Amino acid sequence: MTQLRITNGRVIDPSQSLDQVADLWIRGERILGIGPQPGLVADRTIDAAGMIVSPGLIDMHVHLREPGREEDETVATGSAAAVAGGITSVACMPNTDPPLDHQAAAEFIHLQARRAGNAHVFPIGCVTKGRQGAELAEIGGLVEGGAVAFSDDDVPIVSAEIMRRALEYCRMFDKPVLSHAEDLELTKGGLMHEGRESMRLGLRGMPAAAEEVMIYRDIELARLTGGRLHFLHVSTAGSVELIRRAKNDGVRVTAETCPQYFFLTDQELRRFDSNHKLNPPLRTQDDVQALIAGLKDGTLDVLASDHSPQAPEKKLRELDQAPFGIVGLETLLPISIKALLEPGHLTWPQLIEKLTIRPASILDIKRGTLKPEVYADVTIIDPAAEWTIDVSKFASKSRNSPFDGVKVRGRAHAVIVRGGVKYEQIR
Amino acid sequence: MPSLPRMTWDRPHLLGLEELTRDEIVTVLDLAEHFTHDSQERRKKRANLAGKVVVNLFFEPSTRTRMSFSLAARRLGADVLDFSPSGSSTSKGETFIDTAKNIEAMGIDLVIVRHAATGAPHLLAQHLQAGVINAGDGAHEHPTQGLLDIFTIRQIRGHLDGLTVGLVGDIAHSRVARSNIHGLTKLGAKIIVCGPPTLVPRGIEELGVEVSHSLDAILPRCDVINMLRIQFERQRSGLFPSITEYARLFGMDSARLKKAKPDLLLLAPGPINRGVEITPEVADGPHSAILKQVTNGLAVRMAVLHLLCGQPEEMA
Repeated sequence: MTQLRITNGRVIDPSQSLDQVADLWIRGERILGIGPQPGLVADRTIDAAGMIVSPGLIDMHVHLREPGREEDETVATGSAAAVAGGITSVACMPNTDPPLDHQAAAEFIHLQARRAGNAHVFPIGCVTKGRQGAELAEIGGLVEGGAVAFSDDDVPIVSAEIMRRALEYCRMFDKPVLSHAEDLELTKGGLMHEGRESMRLGLRGMPAAAEEVMIYRDIELARLTGGRLHFLHVSTAGSVELIRRAKNDGVRVTAETCPQYFFLTDQELRRFDSNHKLNPPLRTQDDVQALIAGLKDGTLDVLASDHSPQAPEKKLRELDQAPFGIVGLETLLPISIKALLEPGHLTWPQLIEKLTIRPASILDIKRGTLKPEVYADVTIIDPAAEWTIDVSKFASKSRNSPFDGVKVRGRAHAVIVRGGVKYEQIR
Repeated sequence: MPSLPRMTWDRPHLLGLEELTRDEIVTVLDLAEHFTHDSQERRKKRANLAGKVVVNLFFEPSTRTRMSFSLAARRLGADVLDFSPSGSSTSKGETFIDTAKNIEAMGIDLVIVRHAATGAPHLLAQHLQAGVINAGDGAHEHPTQGLLDIFTIRQIRGHLDGLTVGLVGDIAHSRVARSNIHGLTKLGAKIIVCGPPTLVPRGIEELGVEVSHSLDAILPRCDVINMLRIQFERQRSGLFPSITEYARLFGMDSARLKKAKPDLLLLAPGPINRGVEITPEVADGPHSAILKQVTNGLAVRMAVLHLLCGQPEEMA
């Protein structure tokens, strides 16, 4: 088996509370160990002087569009975009056509990911059959097929009874239910956050309360059932506060937010560019502050991208015609660095924790760590690399990013998946 | 025909009144003043837009705005094209921008666009070389309507400074309300927006207006009332219980008019829902400037067209 040595790097592995300059050794597909390995000879050595050596990053909220919308993205292109962004594992949402609501569909994702040979891809199964919100999907079969969590994604589960039963039933497999918290009646026809900007622009708003009433409902259902609940793309100050209180009460709840929600605000809509049309919508500066506070105190566990590719012809439309969503796999790391690390809100170990061991433990996957014997997924980050985000260079099939042209510092220098170097930035 | 004064103007587009300065608004009003004489002299044509091609790109129905723009452009000597989405390639699935680019490729100087989507004219302005005039985008702005409302008030009352203007009705879904607010506040008028709380967006005070939910309470203080139409096509249902109740609380009838100042000026952007916002005897009565607004609309649009792409008089 080939032996790979990554030397001189600052190894940060929050799963072992590790932050030191050391050698990382990989043998074949797996981690061998950290530190000197007497008598071992490396087949290849990567000099990581000045770099950060992190467990491979995880993005637990992406849309790969396959099957059904291959014009936007495929498992192959999406997992290539992941690797280009320094991400070695993704969990993909089941809002495909047909939806991932049965075992064969979950196994298809694994098959396509293996064929592509880029990042690891973990399917998220539907909570209900056809994402119709009426009957539970065959969750046991989906678990058998490799589903790591359950969600009806952007179709919120309207029935509190179904949500309750889903939380209860998933306990049997110790899988989390991922909640897209949105009261659909309050957001009907809405294009942006409801507030001063929507008032000025005359655009129909989506009030913060539409997210918060569902966050509150789902917390109470998790309290009632003891089920594991994870909130997707938390975007409001009120939501952060509700989750903070639930955690203090011991409810089994975790939460994520995305770079767009702590880096941009609803003022961007003044440009009428559909790359700022998101669901949940971009909120206000007060919400941005609350999200950052929630990331700092651990209320928000995870950074995820909500990667939502849309082919260019779909986004180049009038604002009310264009679909929601932005791509994010290739900007998750640099925008998080810019918005959280550079201003001093988070340290490197805190940032990396939210991109590695936290999502890994929520999904209960053996990833996000550099402990011996796990698959050797490693992201080597060059924290000094200065570059400008350029959508035309994305590996993703889609280009719908609001971050085009943003100057950033820090990017993946080399990405190793299962012991193989999948991506290397030429210095 | 009197010759036109020279005006300073450097905007290629007219997208809204929010971004115009007070001086720019006054420039349009002053130039429109000159064109009112043209309207009275009928058939006389100017040649300031000779050789220019203006296209009406209306994705929402319109009678007076579209006709007013067409006539204004013809009076200035332009060629006018009309585009309507039904029976066109948009019904075959062509996107808005592709449609506009294809029309522009025929050699267009100015596009006048109305669209249900907020920001559609701004999108065109980014993607086309031609000038763009917003003839109404969603519930955002309708700048020429705002300008003609302001022009009409100034024409009748002689000034705007210190006047109290009530905007009554469906503020939330009204592009006319937003353009009125941005324009009138810049010219020193005080604005009260008045309607049920379901039709007045929260936080609108920060645009510099007072909010009221009682027409009877504000009526004695107003010099001008602009009665906005209920935007049935833009609303979701359930924002007020019934049209009868709406008319009782916010409709203008002769009895309610008695509480107003004797010289109250009554505007309505039209089309009005007769019997809802305003009863027929009031609409046709002495306070009403509704038809005057339509006449002035022509002069205001000639002014805007001339500022955006007209040749100076001596070259014409």
